[in-house]
Amino acid sequence: MIYEHAQSKTRIVRWLYSPTARALGALAVVFVLGIIFNADGAFLNWLTHRDMLRAVSVYGILACGMTLVIITGGIDLSVGSILALTAVSFSLLTIHRGISAPLAIVLCLFIGAACGAGSGLLIARFSIQPFIATLAMMVFARGLGKLISGGQKISTAVQIPDGSYSYVEAPQIFTFLNSKVAGDNISVVTLVFLVCLIISWILLTKLRPGRYIYAIGGNEAAARLSGVPVSAVKTLAYGLSGLFCAIAGICQASQELQGDPEAGIAYELSAIAMVVIGGTSLRGGRGGIWLTLLGVLTIGYLEKILSINAVGEDKRLMLTGAIIIAAVLFQKTRK
Amino acid sequence: MTQRQKRLLKMDRICKAFSGVQVLSDVGFDLYSGEVHVLAGENGAGKSTLIKILGGVYDDFTGQIHLGSEPVRFKSVNEAFAKGISIIHQELSLVGPMSVAENIFLGREKTRGLWLDKTLMAKHARRHLANLGLDLDVSRPVADYPLGIQQMIEICKGSGTFFRQAKDGSDPLRIIAMDEPTSALTEPEVEKLFGIIEKLKNQGCGIIYITHKMEEIYRLADRITVLRDGRHIATAAAAGLDKDKLIQWMVGRELNQQFPRHLAKTGEVRLEVRNFCIHGSGGKTGRRSVDNVSFRVRAGEILGIAGLAGSGRSQLLGGIFGTYGKSVTGRIKIDGKQFKPVCPKKAVKAGIALLTNDRKETGLVMEMNIVQNTTLASLSGFSPGGWLRPKRETAAAAKQAQSLQLKAASLDQPVESLSGGNQQKVVIAKWIQTDPAILLLDEPTRGVDVGAKHEIYRLMNTWSKKGIAIVLITSEMPELLAMSDRIIVMHRGRITAEFSRDSATQEKILAAAMGEKVPA
Repeated sequence: MIYEHAQSKTRIVRWLYSPTARALGALAVVFVLGIIFNADGAFLNWLTHRDMLRAVSVYGILACGMTLVIITGGIDLSVGSILALTAVSFSLLTIHRGISAPLAIVLCLFIGAACGAGSGLLIARFSIQPFIATLAMMVFARGLGKLISGGQKISTAVQIPDGSYSYVEAPQIFTFLNSKVAGDNISVVTLVFLVCLIISWILLTKLRPGRYIYAIGGNEAAARLSGVPVSAVKTLAYGLSGLFCAIAGICQASQELQGDPEAGIAYELSAIAMVVIGGTSLRGGRGGIWLTLLGVLTIGYLEKILSINAVGEDKRLMLTGAIIIAAVLFQKTRK
Repeated sequence: MTQRQKRLLKMDRICKAFSGVQVLSDVGFDLYSGEVHVLAGENGAGKSTLIKILGGVYDDFTGQIHLGSEPVRFKSVNEAFAKGISIIHQELSLVGPMSVAENIFLGREKTRGLWLDKTLMAKHARRHLANLGLDLDVSRPVADYPLGIQQMIEICKGSGTFFRQAKDGSDPLRIIAMDEPTSALTEPEVEKLFGIIEKLKNQGCGIIYITHKMEEIYRLADRITVLRDGRHIATAAAAGLDKDKLIQWMVGRELNQQFPRHLAKTGEVRLEVRNFCIHGSGGKTGRRSVDNVSFRVRAGEILGIAGLAGSGRSQLLGGIFGTYGKSVTGRIKIDGKQFKPVCPKKAVKAGIALLTNDRKETGLVMEMNIVQNTTLASLSGFSPGGWLRPKRETAAAAKQAQSLQLKAASLDQPVESLSGGNQQKVVIAKWIQTDPAILLLDEPTRGVDVGAKHEIYRLMNTWSKKGIAIVLITSEMPELLAMSDRIIVMHRGRITAEFSRDSATQEKILAAAMGEKVPA
């Protein structure tokens, strides 16, 4: 092999310009802010970090699926609605029907994956734009969630035949998913998020479909002409996004001890923001799951720092908006 | 060159680097009125960068530019344009859904107050196009026109303004730079373009012309400047410059033979196509872009397909490869076995490889690296049970890179950072990695420099020796004549003639391509 263009930059310099370094940089800035505005040492306490991680886990799980979809060059607007649908389904199945937790989980995962694969099929087979197809799924899944819940929150208050309510004990799975392990130092939902990250990482970097996801996002026509099963891979990506929504929905139901048909509104926007802040390109073909983790942590820490410093929600939202732009601009500056 | 001609442009000691990689070092260049100055050199030599600096696309360079005697340094394209410099870029800069007129006036719209003067723009656009010998509906979207026409619109966008300004008596457009303008044009369109260039020349314009095509260089050039690896190698008058000398300047070594076709022993029929049709949107009764085509290719044979733009030859290859799905009829046999071209995936499995004519749009995944692009079409073999085996992939890609003489800093490099010729080699590597029985090559040397072209010809010989059946489409007549064992000619979706290697001539092929009856 003949080498051309002698490398004028060292590995380290080139790494500094990589998306990973930029995303890490953004996170570091936020972290340093936290150390400066540490709210009388609250930021230096591990429990603050534990709670932050717990708070972002559900979003993070959604962001895992969103990352897959965005790398194919698509978008999934339906994640919040599918989350609500599966949260409601999970509560109904376990609290009201008394179905065993493993079976209920499998059923919910199936519902989520089916919704996602549904949008995937619309996109892959019928060439409907991802924005439109998942927008439709967003509305549809929200409606379905309301239908099966009767528009009510499905909680441990169960209506008995005489019309009054009695409280039943929450199923064990709820308490387990809402608990903390390792000497109360880490939440179970955070571990679930970690597992989702690892699954996505293996898929994207170790498995053939992952390579195809990047290829389709990078150049769909070239991928198709190379014999890549484009429709199947797209359906898989959206199906997995739906599956992650179901996981998030189960976690959300456990945390709230109820299935709320109104849950997850605007979650898709948070998930997209996290993926984008990480540095995964909305144009597809570029990015990765660890970048998404960095994005999730950046937003998580930002919100946490603002809240421990008692910044009101109004200013918090405005600042978050500004920081999203700052982070993305920071990533764009090349050269 | 006469003494009366005045110097329009002088670029002196131009240096430019992209993120640490020096692409131009101390390059000098000048241009006189009424002259065509050809910039020649391999891909990556820095020709396009040089004219982009002139056109105000890049402003972070060192060195001086003088227009006449006035020193200039353009910060934007419009600044350069205002000084009478127009660049026709290699990549089309047209907005597909916008109309022809809107595209021609994009960024310099005619207005009356705040309002767009659409009538005036349409009128001017029509006049400019007429100057190029084109009669188009200027209100139709550019995307409705074939690539060749789009290229002419692009040229009109750059040069058309000249005619208008000259008429106004205001400062006319004096310098036009064209970066491989003919790469997507058919013969007659090229002729038209050359006519335009002649016209511009006579009106005192200076033309910078970048091309890889030898016959264009000698046809057009008054002077030739050769760049290699970002350095100025030589500037010489075209008249009397020896072809071999020129090539030697460009590649830095001698190429003894331009087209080294070694005829291989042909074997069994590998690809047989019978009564093949591609039906348009009108269903089976509608217009057919490929109409009742039958041919055979034997092992080790190179079948050339000639035809003008719109002859349906690219569609024919696409159809065989399965890109038209169910809208095809006819029979295809591969090594005697029936094959139904329903999708590219099946075609790859059946041993067909299609090198498309546009590596950026349909060949490469630019973000992915050399290894990943090389294994994309044969990934199943590198991922038993679905798990990727990166080491095996790298080993395979390294082997391909070696045999294709791919020049790259590392195999982890994204292909977008490679030069055109090396990108083409990656696409080729991808298809050779699938170990194809049939290789369909659609313009394999488009936008590729002399050295890489030569290597691609050499590879075609190797493949045919291995018994691969090759179908070759190329718009470069000498290439077609030299590399094909047999040539079929298409016109409006039909085969109009077939020639053996010995009986084929440029004139006969062109006549058949234009639909005339030609005895073989």
